[in-house]
Amino acid sequence: MGRPRQGSRDYASQPPPPGAQSNFPYRDGPWHLGPAHPQRHIANYNSQLPPCVGPFKMGFPAASRAKSPALRSCSPGRPGALFLPPAPSRDAVPPTGTGRRAAGGGRGRAGRGGRTPEGAEPGPAAEQPGNGGGARSPRVSRMASASTSKYNSHSLENESIKRTSRDGVNRDLTEAVPRLPGETLITDKEVIYICPFNGPIKGRVYITNYRLYLRSLETDSSLILDVPLGVISRIEKMGGATSRGENSYGLDITCKDMRNLRFALKQEGHSRRDMFEILTRYAFPLAHSLPLFAFLNEEKFNVDGWTVYNPVEEYRRQGLPNHHWRITFINKCYELCDTYPALLVVPYRASDDDLRRVATFRSRNRIPVLSWIHPENKTVIVRCSQPLVGMSGKRNKDDEKYLDVIRETNKQISKLTIYDARPSVNAVANKATGGGYESDDAYHNAELFFLDIHNIHVMRESLKKVKDIVYPNVEESHWLSSLESTHWLEHIKLVLTGAIQVADKVSSGKSSVLVHCSDGWDRTAQLTSLAMLMLDSFYRSIEGFEILVQKEWISFGHKFASRIGHGDKNHTDADRSPIFLQFIDCVWQMSKQFPTAFEFNEQFLIIILDHLYSCRFGTFLFNCESARERQKVTERTVSLWSLINSNKEKFKNPFYTKEINRVLYPVASMRHLELWVNYYIRWNPRIKQQQPNPVEQRYMELLALRDEYIKRLEELQLANSAKLSDPPTSPSSPSQMMPHVQTHF
Amino acid sequence: MLGKGVVGGGGGTKAPKPSFVSYVRPEEIHTNEKEVTEKEVTLHLLPGEQLLCEASTVLKYVQEDSCQHGVYGRLVCTDFKIAFLGDDESALDNDETQFKNKVIGENDITLHCVDQIYGVFDEKKKTLFGQLKKYPEKLIIHCKDLRVFQFCLRYTKEEEVKRIVSGIIHHTQAPKLLKRLFLFSYATAAQNNTVTDPKNHTVMFDTLKDWCWELERTKGNMKYKAVSVNEGYKVCERLPAYFVVPTPLPEENVQRFQGHGIPIWCWSCHNGSALLKMSALPKEQDDGILQIQKSFLDGIYKTIHRPPYEIVKTEDLSSNFLSLQEIQTAYSKFKQLFLIDNSTEFWDTDIKWFSLLESSSWLDIIRRCLKKAIEITECMEAQNMNVLLLEENASDLCCLISSLVQLMMDPHCRTRIGFQSLIQKEWVMGGHCFLDRCNHLRQNDKEEVPVFLLFLDCVWQLVHQHPPAFEFTETYLTVLSDSLYIPIFSTFFFNSPHQKDTNMHQRQLSLPLTQSKSSPKRGFFREETDHLIKNLLGKRISKLINSSDELQDNFREFYDSWHSKSTDYHGLLLPHIEGPEIKVWAQRYLRWIPEAQILGGGQVATLSKLLEMMEEVQSLQEKIDERHHSQQAPQAEAPCLLRNSARLSSLFPFALLQRHSSKPVLPTSGWKALGDEDDLAKREDEFVDLGDV
Repeated sequence: MGRPRQGSRDYASQPPPPGAQSNFPYRDGPWHLGPAHPQRHIANYNSQLPPCVGPFKMGFPAASRAKSPALRSCSPGRPGALFLPPAPSRDAVPPTGTGRRAAGGGRGRAGRGGRTPEGAEPGPAAEQPGNGGGARSPRVSRMASASTSKYNSHSLENESIKRTSRDGVNRDLTEAVPRLPGETLITDKEVIYICPFNGPIKGRVYITNYRLYLRSLETDSSLILDVPLGVISRIEKMGGATSRGENSYGLDITCKDMRNLRFALKQEGHSRRDMFEILTRYAFPLAHSLPLFAFLNEEKFNVDGWTVYNPVEEYRRQGLPNHHWRITFINKCYELCDTYPALLVVPYRASDDDLRRVATFRSRNRIPVLSWIHPENKTVIVRCSQPLVGMSGKRNKDDEKYLDVIRETNKQISKLTIYDARPSVNAVANKATGGGYESDDAYHNAELFFLDIHNIHVMRESLKKVKDIVYPNVEESHWLSSLESTHWLEHIKLVLTGAIQVADKVSSGKSSVLVHCSDGWDRTAQLTSLAMLMLDSFYRSIEGFEILVQKEWISFGHKFASRIGHGDKNHTDADRSPIFLQFIDCVWQMSKQFPTAFEFNEQFLIIILDHLYSCRFGTFLFNCESARERQKVTERTVSLWSLINSNKEKFKNPFYTKEINRVLYPVASMRHLELWVNYYIRWNPRIKQQQPNPVEQRYMELLALRDEYIKRLEELQLANSAKLSDPPTSPSSPSQMMPHVQTHF
Repeated sequence: MLGKGVVGGGGGTKAPKPSFVSYVRPEEIHTNEKEVTEKEVTLHLLPGEQLLCEASTVLKYVQEDSCQHGVYGRLVCTDFKIAFLGDDESALDNDETQFKNKVIGENDITLHCVDQIYGVFDEKKKTLFGQLKKYPEKLIIHCKDLRVFQFCLRYTKEEEVKRIVSGIIHHTQAPKLLKRLFLFSYATAAQNNTVTDPKNHTVMFDTLKDWCWELERTKGNMKYKAVSVNEGYKVCERLPAYFVVPTPLPEENVQRFQGHGIPIWCWSCHNGSALLKMSALPKEQDDGILQIQKSFLDGIYKTIHRPPYEIVKTEDLSSNFLSLQEIQTAYSKFKQLFLIDNSTEFWDTDIKWFSLLESSSWLDIIRRCLKKAIEITECMEAQNMNVLLLEENASDLCCLISSLVQLMMDPHCRTRIGFQSLIQKEWVMGGHCFLDRCNHLRQNDKEEVPVFLLFLDCVWQLVHQHPPAFEFTETYLTVLSDSLYIPIFSTFFFNSPHQKDTNMHQRQLSLPLTQSKSSPKRGFFREETDHLIKNLLGKRISKLINSSDELQDNFREFYDSWHSKSTDYHGLLLPHIEGPEIKVWAQRYLRWIPEAQILGGGQVATLSKLLEMMEEVQSLQEKIDERHHSQQAPQAEAPCLLRNSARLSSLFPFALLQRHSSKPVLPTSGWKALGDEDDLAKREDEFVDLGDV
């Protein structure tokens, strides 16, 4: 019958020996590159990640191959094929035998552990279980065996292994803790870390002015905890004299990045009091008249992130100024509006006096200014705060005229579209406090829509609920309904829906769009930046995205200091809200739906969020540009973009395909929105996504192989041209010449 | 027939709202009319396929960019399919159709694929069945592969409406005889094609040799033997002609209760432990017979408990696990979530999507199946025990669990050939009643339970979580699930190998078909627990089954330790079963819904990049080869499979033409009340709440 007689092989316990082609179960699949790697899982990646088109060409329906059971007994009229394979036979496989060499191509990113992209410097808030602990240290043991991969040689797990082994002999504290330039060790204590996943672990905790660093003292675990103090939102004492047990003095540390850390300390020597006081002091330096760590950080990078965003250049990229829009320096000293950037783009026909008069009618003087202009149809996205209509329904002729001037800039006769991000009830309620929205009577040439996005308090509570269902344990049996009850994805859906509407309006060229919420620094920033991300492929590159964040969020006064509470001890502050996290989540949802459209990967988004809290960089400090200027942030601190841009390869998405002028519309349906497990549930060792994603890993291998071939081809071309002058010698067998290129077509 | 939950909140109390709204205005219809006459679309018939009835000037609704328009054409019904022959075929002729189903066209519905038929009468949607007194102005067909078709009959001649509607209802809904399956007429007409492809490597398990080969492959041949006692089905029509039992088992034992109560071998693990299955003995009231049964089973147990056999753990799938009723109920709720008539319905259900999903329990059932399979894997792998699966007929959950265990433990089953052989071994030869479970003959709706589909969905979870461990992709699984309803493949159209052999054989001899014995009523919905099994095995079970706590611990430890290690794709493979990890098989379930389409996005985007890179590497390889033969032969450019990959949608390759333009789809539904957060929602962003300290 010609069936495969692989029976002689012990199929289950023995993986195919490397190079043993005849036994390799998937040897004839189209994805096979040959088991050149001595390591077995690398070889196994070869196994077939057939793309979803696989079956079409691979055989279930294809006539040339074995038929499915379904096809056996009687075939359809056209031989056995359900689908028409359009390409010639795909039996051909790519060459084998080159993996080893190709893998060495220095593509350091494929095998990285994932969560913490920096190599020697563990990312903020990285909990690194050690390598020796079997079930206790899932991450590292996984990576340790994955370290068969060449890609992994720089992973930080290796780093931690080295350190631990050294630790046994060397008790020098300076060796024990990784330190940044400018970071100083304050204290160290013996503690019990109550790990929610693996139970109590004895360890030594080191506190510097930047981080809390814990190393396990147990032999079977080399767990490492590396938490920047900036992520701490609250420190509480638990238990104490009234509790029983040796280690009854507890500390509970609530973090801004979806986890809690619990430590138990001994009664002797007031160790808990010491630790509590030191942590409080350095986690909340503002309450103790201490500087944020960013001002002490002496890190040097070969790229200066502060130069990434230059507003004049960015507006020039957009083709501004032009006949209808001008750049104004009216806010040079932040006199017009203290929360706006110094440089603004306004309609050419509006004079500086006009701007000043409009400012009186907009909440916190945040007048409508241009965010983005469509390169072809010249419609624009304009952002501002709510008009100060109030209960009496005040009007302002200048504001009305100003909006009309904006409407006319793209020579369309249609109305100006105003998207008020709030639910209409809230917009109405705002009249009581002097705010409101643009009414039909006052603004004849404008059409107003409410986008029903809720306020910062709702978002904060929603995220709290997300934490409840994912930390420490993931709600299991009622996961879906619990997820729904957090409303988090519903909020994401509404924000995305709003941004899609903005983008669609502008892209259609039907009218320009004005976006505001109440003050125009939360929901407005979300909407304009997401719409810009959908419309302008430039912002989907790494630098473009940095510029987008720098422009729409940082320069336009999203109140990072208040929303995050950098160095501030008031954890109940109602000003705190995860608005920026929500934006990044929306970006992640988009990148999930369009996996080839973004130059950056998930790690890029995660590192941004990590340093949103860490206070290591000046990027997200303070509420607005004027405050940053007063504090000389660009001179006295390092930019996050310095770190990222000097390590760009780590944050690149290998699938990125640059497409100019392609508008991306994500599908804002619950059917496609997902909880971002790799961020929100990253502390749980049970819910661990494979890092790197196997499809990505496969692609990296192919990329390396392609580069290798191109090199070979060039070499051959040189050799051939040399040969032309000589008479050909006896042809040497290809395998002799290229031992690593074994074809199996 | 829509579940109440799906329509959303509107219980029975409200006045009935129109359940159907027509979006087609008369003007649009007129513009289309002229084109109809110009184009002649021919009906493609398979060998042996016969046209039964037809109707012309039928309007098919096509949804595009959130609005519907109509296409005129002919609606026909053959003995194989319902087909709509529209005049927009030209749109299909472009290069986008490079991947297409050769048997089932975009507008074809095989008769077995029809799930429910609705008629719209005066804007009210009603299920259609039996004899109709009144004929609907619109026909809505829900398919088992989750497509939804809507045909407007308003412009069709009354005669033709009557003929086509009653024809369709009759041929899809009325009980059928086995011999009327299209399969037979096709087999007769297309006989020259039934020759087995010599390259076919799928092991069919219809010969003794196949079983011996499997025994040898898994090293099970030391303790187990293939027997031919049932050759010609002389012992039992339920069992295959050949199967494998423990070596010391006397063959006459098999005959004793027609194969019931016999431990039948499924698979052996590398450490020697084996997976066995057993169908329960017939239920008896009579004490004497019970005694006989008891001593018989004792004998059997003695045989398989003695060395060299490992300790046996009995896993009774008839009690304490899923019931078929549960599966049926869950799936019928679940599928309704995807059978969506229009955009409004899509967005109305979107807000409550997660709770609707959860209330169907389908994902939870998948989780339970995967968990059970992990438990059994743990017993075999970590504790070196034999596991004996028990079920009334050993042909439903036994097939499911045993194939899942093999898929996790045996990498061979993750190759395409291995997977097909597994289906052949456990499902086809294992006597899974495909005919009844798919309700192909429409004889008993209660017997319709998507057990095989549940299996495919479990497999999909594994494929989705560990793509490199499988030779096949999700698309393979999706196509396989579709072939359940295509009656030209005999695999999924019989209740047992016996039924297939007798019928196919007769057909080939061109003898008049006699209907096989009506399928036995199995009564699997019985609520009472199976006392017999409990009584007879009670002692042993209690001895062997660990206390549930201990079991949980073992399970946890095994599960956690496996997931803490790096994945060896050629070794043991376990799925993640935590809440967020069990997902909806989007490709199968969302593929026909235009609103769910991500234009130029989705998984296909990365996979087509991967494919492009493959081609590039391949062509470079060819160039290098040519250089080596020092021939400067002209290069043939590698054909580009997916040249316009950017324009592929997430629904590729199933629904290519759902949305032409790049207009975004916008949710139309509003915001759901926040409930307890209403206070917060009313607050102003910048108000400091003093009461919250």
